[in-house]
Formats: sequence, structure tokens, C-alpha cells
Amino acid sequence: MSSSRFSHKSVGYHAAALSFHDATPVLLLTTNQLRKDLSSPNPFEASLALQTLSHIATVDLARDLTPEIFSLLSSGRVFVRKKAIAVVLRVFDKYPDAVRVCFKRLVENLENSDPQIVSAVVGVFCELASRDPRSYLPLAPEFYRVLVDCKNNWVLIKVLKIFAKLAPLEPRLAKRIVEPICEIMRVTGAKSVMFECVRTVLTSLGDHDSGVKLAVSKVKELLLDEDPNLRYLGLQALSVAAEKHLWAVLENKEPVIKSLSDEDSNIRVESLRLVMAMVSESNVTEISGVLVNYALKSDPLFCNEILSSVLATCSRNVYEIVVDFDWYVSLLGEMTRIPNCQQGEEIERQLIDIGMRVKDARLQLVRVARDLLIDPALLGNVSLHRILCAAAWVAGEYIEFAGNLFELMDALLQPRTNLLPASIRAVYIHSAFKVLIFCLDCYLMQNEDGNLVVGQSDLFIGKRGSVAPELATCQSSTLEQHEDLTFNPRNTTEYPEDHTVFENNADTAVTQGPAITYESMVGLLDRIELILGPLTANQDVEVLDRACNILAFVRLVKAELIDNATQEVNMADKKDTQVSAIITLMRDAFVTDLGPISVSAQGRVAVPDGLDLKENLDDLSAICGDIELPSSSAFGIGGPQFGTSSDTTSIGLLKSEESGLVNEATSLLEHRKRHGLYYLPSEKNEIVQHDYPPANDPRSNSNSDEAAELAKLTEKSLILKKKPNQTKPRPVVVKLDDGDVVPLPISIKKPESRDDSLSGAIKDILLGSTTKPSSSQSNPSDKSSSKRKEKKKLVAADIPSQMKENLGDIEAPSLENPGSSSKDHDHVKERRHRGKEKIVEGEGHDQKARKKKSSHRHGKHKTRQKGNSPLNVVSQTPEIPDFLL
Amino acid sequence: MIRSVLVMNTQGKPRLTKFYEFWPVEKQQEAIRNVFSVLCSRAEHVSNFVDAESIFGPDSRLVYKHFATLYFVFVFDSSENELAMLDLIQVFVETLDKCFRNVCELDIVFNYSKMHAILDEIIFGGQVLETSSTEIMKAVEEITKLEAQSNAINLVSKSVSNWRSR
Repeated sequence: MSSSRFSHKSVGYHAAALSFHDATPVLLLTTNQLRKDLSSPNPFEASLALQTLSHIATVDLARDLTPEIFSLLSSGRVFVRKKAIAVVLRVFDKYPDAVRVCFKRLVENLENSDPQIVSAVVGVFCELASRDPRSYLPLAPEFYRVLVDCKNNWVLIKVLKIFAKLAPLEPRLAKRIVEPICEIMRVTGAKSVMFECVRTVLTSLGDHDSGVKLAVSKVKELLLDEDPNLRYLGLQALSVAAEKHLWAVLENKEPVIKSLSDEDSNIRVESLRLVMAMVSESNVTEISGVLVNYALKSDPLFCNEILSSVLATCSRNVYEIVVDFDWYVSLLGEMTRIPNCQQGEEIERQLIDIGMRVKDARLQLVRVARDLLIDPALLGNVSLHRILCAAAWVAGEYIEFAGNLFELMDALLQPRTNLLPASIRAVYIHSAFKVLIFCLDCYLMQNEDGNLVVGQSDLFIGKRGSVAPELATCQSSTLEQHEDLTFNPRNTTEYPEDHTVFENNADTAVTQGPAITYESMVGLLDRIELILGPLTANQDVEVLDRACNILAFVRLVKAELIDNATQEVNMADKKDTQVSAIITLMRDAFVTDLGPISVSAQGRVAVPDGLDLKENLDDLSAICGDIELPSSSAFGIGGPQFGTSSDTTSIGLLKSEESGLVNEATSLLEHRKRHGLYYLPSEKNEIVQHDYPPANDPRSNSNSDEAAELAKLTEKSLILKKKPNQTKPRPVVVKLDDGDVVPLPISIKKPESRDDSLSGAIKDILLGSTTKPSSSQSNPSDKSSSKRKEKKKLVAADIPSQMKENLGDIEAPSLENPGSSSKDHDHVKERRHRGKEKIVEGEGHDQKARKKKSSHRHGKHKTRQKGNSPLNVVSQTPEIPDFLL
Repeated sequence: MIRSVLVMNTQGKPRLTKFYEFWPVEKQQEAIRNVFSVLCSRAEHVSNFVDAESIFGPDSRLVYKHFATLYFVFVFDSSENELAMLDLIQVFVETLDKCFRNVCELDIVFNYSKMHAILDEIIFGGQVLETSSTEIMKAVEEITKLEAQSNAINLVSKSVSNWRSR
């Protein structure tokens, strides 16, 4: 770098620019060389130094070289001057106090006649304004002049960018610039400028209808263009517009939908985003249908893109836009059958979520689940296992809606289920258990009916569904007396609703099922025994456990059943047998409705006595460190509300898993493992996080509280949801007030302190308050008044002073926050004061202080400085109010 | 501002890289690899934009142009116009073409510093300073002349220095 030969020097500088960074230790040694070359008479040497400085400038370098850069800012050679202007950006960034020195010259350059210089300055301001637009509002008139006068496309684009940042801050400014921007948009031949105008109008001037209309018409042109780049940008502009002006998107529906099949993936993704923006309650069915068809045809990547956005849109805000849940559930089923579908987890989550939240959708849900379960081909597809898991759970949980119980049982026990991972297989087995309980219950019920009416006819069997709930209620009440059972209040309150659902669907759902005869029942039990028998040797504990449970139950029931049948016992006696009691009890247990659980639910659970949550379990982690925790997505069995403590030991044994009895010595983890019910995978945007079920104390008030709360919320959501023009009533979707909404991450980046000081410094300059760096002892109000006075005097030569004062007064409120800015100013000043003491000593008198200051600092440029800079700054600052009004 | 300028061939070999913000070399290489893997999977006659946020962080856009065996890639943020950047690539390539008369990949390999000189005239510290290829040519020729002058008295043989300044 210090070589006298230019070629060597250029190589050296070049290498420095490419390899040095802030932490390079030798950086300190370059200062003098840079200084020498910056003031070199050879413009190319100066240019080299500037070039390198723009890459390597640190706080120290920026501080030390500010005077040189300052003098280059007014260099006679455009070649050097424009580079000096550009380097200022980096210098300001590193060393904000340089603003005090260089800013005025920078602004002067804005009025330069050379387009290259103006381009460079505007570029710098564009960068500065993108970081902190508010500070540059006072310069708006300058930019406006450039906007109107300039013919250079590059400069126009940059000025438009600046205005896009400034306009939202100052409505009067926005009003003023709409017309010129529209004019440029109309006449310009450059697509880039036109697009920039469109974007500026759509992002920052959205309230000005004439401008928006013109912009949208231009967007339409872009969308129909041959060039894929323009089409892509057109779509992007539309998605900017979509937030405020959805009509713009709807107007251009056709090209947007056409773009979905474009060969360019960028365009496809962008148009997909737009299509999703168009989705509303009224058209969600059609749009989703179209999209799923597109997904069928497109490549795997885009297919999943489509599916995930459909899923996300439909489930947004607790299925806000879905009215017809039967349709939506079928759609989920269809999606599953798309060959490239990779959305298993999301579909799984939604299937279960809908099951719990939307009662009216359950019938359809079970049908979809049956179709999925029954198809042996699906079992081979690994990515669908999660969905099948949900389907199995749904089928078991809402078994009362199932059409053909035997068919379902076969599906759950089909041999290909051995392709499933163990955790899902456990869910299958548990669902089979639920189905079995329901079958047995129906069988008993039907016998009872037969007892009453004499002769068992298929007609009665057909209607058993509608009778069942009533009977169940009776039974549960009798059981309550006999066995001292405490039923969850929800259990009884919800029966009537269930009942109505039942009656509505009884014809379609239940009558399809074949009659449950004694033979078929025994056959079913045999089959279960046969299929699950081998599983008692299964490796996986979950599967093993469940298989053993169900087998034990089957053997118990079978023995009784056969006994009863052979002895031809009276039906009434049969009711008293242990088996029927067990079955009824189990049925009642499973029939309990499961609701969504709020995120904060666990917080409301009272801590049971003797459980020390604060106990330090660190030692445990050392021991259990390598034990894999059960995956939280595995479905456990049993229900949170099921904590009926039964006295019958046999039942207690059978249900040791489901019942809420928790050994208090076990840790919470253990508890979670055992009762890991509905611990759905917690996803980022999950609407409800299914946290722990209200733990192990069913009688604590949390349960009833929750139920009451749910009921209340359901009403509330009904009120909110009701739309006057809705033809079909939307089913109730259970919502929780807390925990439904996942707080948005705060995306607003806090401005860095450096930026603060930078903007503070710029504000100072623009307010002309740099004049008194040594006056930090005077209070702000004093200062501002003296500031005004000073301005007045300085301008007296140009403008009549009265007018000046008025303008000065108006100016104050239009600025962001005079108080804070002056505080800022003090702060910055103080810091700077320490460093610059030597340079700025001996000033303090308002009037000529500015001139003095700069002359003190840069004696060399004294004369030029005196000549124009103060006048310039003053003459532009008061223009603001004039312009804005 | 412009964040980075990359020129790489269709084999993924970088021919010129310039990052206007500090990036550690490893990250640069990783970014180049990522960019290439995206670019080579794109068909001809599709749009020249690539979603770059996954590679270069938030608020970054990428445009590229494919000429013969080379990809010219510009990465920039929201304060630049996409179409203008495409034009700028055009300007850059035109200038190279003028400079080397029918530019090809080999010219770029052997005239590394001249490439940088041209690029530095166009983009300075991430900002576009010059967009007219004649102006750029003028400046670059001056620089070349200066370098030749300073080299005239050195020990490098005439033929080599001639070759270098071609």
C-alpha cells in the first residue's frame, strides 16, 4: 500500500479491502497511509483509498479520517467526490459524530448539477433513511425537487425509495407526492421505475385511491407480460396490495390462478400466497378444491407447499373461515390420499382438534377415519402413519357414530398394522378396546330391549342407538348410588346433546350396522384373542401393556358370556352379573367427552399434598440421562376426566392405567408417560397446546371450573360467530380464551444505540442546534428559544424576519419530539464533548457559533465554509412547514 | 444496498466474489455453495429471482443472469430495485465485453484485478455509483494506463506486462 508504484499500491489496497475486517490487528497501521493517499493529488490514488476505506473503516479509522473525507466531499473531481460521498455512509455508521462535520456538505451536494453526484448522495440518503426515516423528514423538500426535476432513472428509484419511507410518517407529504409519482408512473418508459412507483404507492400511499387504482392497473399489465420477471414482480406487488386492497387481488384473479401452473416455482409460490389471501368464508370450499386438484398434478415440493398453506389457512384462528366442517373433514381425508402428501403431523393434529372442538363434525370425522383405516394400502406409507394414528383415535373415541362396528374392528386389527410403529399400534389396540366395549354394551342393551318387548327384532337393534343414551344415564345414576361413583358433571350435562346428535344420525349411522348377535359377539371376542395373543410377547411396553389389558378383559367377558348363554339365564339376572357392570362402567368411562385443554390448564391444578414440586431432581437426570423419554405424541389411553375411583378391585386392576390414581412417589415424568393422553405434538403455531390433562385429582375444582368455562366460552364464540347472512348454521367450535392465541414473536428490532446517536446527531444538524456544543449546562427550553432566535437572525438577510419566526414556530410541532430529541442531543453532545474538547473549545455564542465551530475544526476550509454552509442549512430547514402545509 | 456480487461458472466454481458486508470466509463459501445449488436446479427462461432469505438472512433478494458458462449473481436488500439490479448485471457484463472484446470465462480468470477494478467503478461499498459503461471504461482505462506506467520501469519483461494489460 505504501509503494510508490501505482500497480503495487492498487494490489495492496485491493488485498486489504478483501481480507481486512474489524478485528484485523494491523488495521491501526493503515491510518496514516490512508490519510496520505486520501489527500493525494492523484484522483486514482484517492479513489483507491476510499474504496478500501469503504470496506475496512472502523470506529477509529472513521474518526481519524473524517477531516480528509470532509475535504474530499467538495473535491473538484467528480470521480473522487462521488466516492467520498458514498464512503460517508460507512463513516456515519461507524462514527456518528462525523455527521456534525460532514452532513452539511452532503446536503449541499444534493443540489449539485452533476447527475453522478446527485445519484451518489441520494443513494446515501436512501440507506440512511431506511434505518431511521424520521430524522430525514426535514429534507423532504430537497428530495421533492429531485423527484420532480430528475430524469435519471437510478436517482428516481432511490428517491422513490426514500419517499416510501417518509410518506407514512407525514400524511401531508404523502398527499403532496401522490400526483408526481403517478405522473412518473404514466410517462416513464423504464419498467424498473414504473415498478418502483407501483410499489411506493401500494406500500406507503395506500390511502390515496387514485394512485392505488393506477398502480393496480399497472400491476395488471405486469401480470399479463411475457417476461416471467415482470409477472413475478407483479404478483409480489399484488401481495403487498392484498393487505389493504383485497379488491385488487380479486380483480386479477384469473392471471393469478393461471400462474399457479407456471413453470417457474417462484411464480407458483407467489401466486399460491395470493390465492390464499383471497380465501374467505364464502369461497374457501371452491378454492381449496381447486388447490387440492392442483396439488395432485404438481411436483412433490409444490404439492406440499399447497397442502400446508391450505391447512394453515383453514385452521387459522380456530377454523375461523370453515363453515362446513363435514366438507373440511372430507378434504382432510382427500389430502391424505394425495400420493406426495407429507403433511401427516398437521393433518393428524387437525383431525383430533376438530374432533374435540366441533361436535357436529364427529359423524363425518368417524366416516373419514373409517375409510382411512380400512384401506390396507395406506398402512405402507410411512408419512401417513401419523394420520392413521389420529384416525384410529377418532374412530375409538367417537365410536358411537360408527356405522359398522365389526368392520371397524377388523380394520383396527388387520394384519398389516404390524407395519406401524409401536406407539401408533398402541393407539390402534386401545381404539379396538373402545370399540369392543361399545359392542358389548350395545349387545347388552339390545338384550335388555328384547327383554322388555319380547322377541329380538332387527328393528329394535336398529334403534338401539337412540335409546342408548337414556339408558346410559339411568345406569350411571344407579351406578352412582350403588358403587359410590363420582361422575364428572359434564358427563351428565352433555347427555342431552349427545342424544340429539344421535337421533339425527341414527338412521344413517347406526342402522347400517348388522345386528349384534350372540354368535357374532363371541366371534369378535375370539378374533381379538387370536390376533392380540401374539402381541403379549411384543417388545414395546405400550403395545404389550394394552394387548394384555384387552386380552384379560376379553377372557373375563367371554367366560361370563358363555356361561350366561349356556345356562339360558334370565335377562334380568344377567344385568346383575359382574360383566355387565364392568362393561357399563367402562362404557361410561369412555363416553366422557374430551375437550380441548388450554395452555394454562396445568397452572390451575391444585398441587396434591405431599408432592414437592420444588424438589431438586438434578440427581435424577444423571441417572435417567440416557433413558429416552416417551415421545410426547404417543397417545395414551384413558381420560383426564375419568378419575372415577372405583371400589371394585377387579375393575381397579383393569383400569389401573386409565384411572387417575397416581402413585405420588412417581415423578411428573412418570406421570406424563402413563397418562400421556392427547399430548399432541406441540407445534409453533398450534392453536391449543394440549398440555397435561388436569392431573391426578379429579375432584379438585379445576375440572368443574374448566367445564363451566368451556360452556361459557362456547356461548361466547357462538355470539361472535353468528353471521346474519349465513345459510347454514356454523357448528360450534370450542375456543379457549387463554392459550388459544400463541403470542406473536416481537419482530421489531430495537434500533441499535449507534443508530440512535446517529439519528440524534442528524436531527441536531437539521435543527441547526449544533451551534452550541459547549452549552450542555443550559436547560433545553433555553436552548430551543435561543436556537430560534439564532435562526431568525441568520436568515434575516434572506427572508423577512416576521415570516421566519412564524415558520419557526410551526416547525416545532412537526418534529418528532422536541423534548426527547434535545435530550438525545445533550446526551450525544456530552459524549462527544469529552472527545472533542480540544477542538471545540472557546465557542458558545449562538449567533456565529456554527461558523466558528466548523472553522475551528477545519481551519483550512474556513472561507468556503463561512461563505455558504450556514445559509444553506438555514434556508432549507424552515422550508419544511411551508412545503408540508 | 448491494450485499454481495458473485460470479461463478456452471460448475459452481466461484470466479469473482465480493461481499460488501463482512462475512467470514467459511460462511462465504457456504453461501456460494447454497446459491449454486439453487441456481443449477433452475430451468432456462424462468424468472431471474431466487428466494435468498434462507441463504443471506432476512431482507435479502437475489437476482442472477446466466451468460454462456457463467452465472452473475447480485444479492441486495430492500433499498434496491430488482429490475434495476438486473439492468446493472447487464451493464456489468456489457462493460466486461467491451473491455475484453467478447468476454469469456478465461478472460475473467486471467484478469482478476481488472474485473475488480471494473466492479469497483460500478459498485462502491454496496452502492451503485456508475451505470454508464462508457464512463466505467474511461476510468478503467486510466487505471490500466497508470498501472502500465508504473510497471514500465520494472523488471517484468515487456511481453508479460503487455499480456497483463490486455
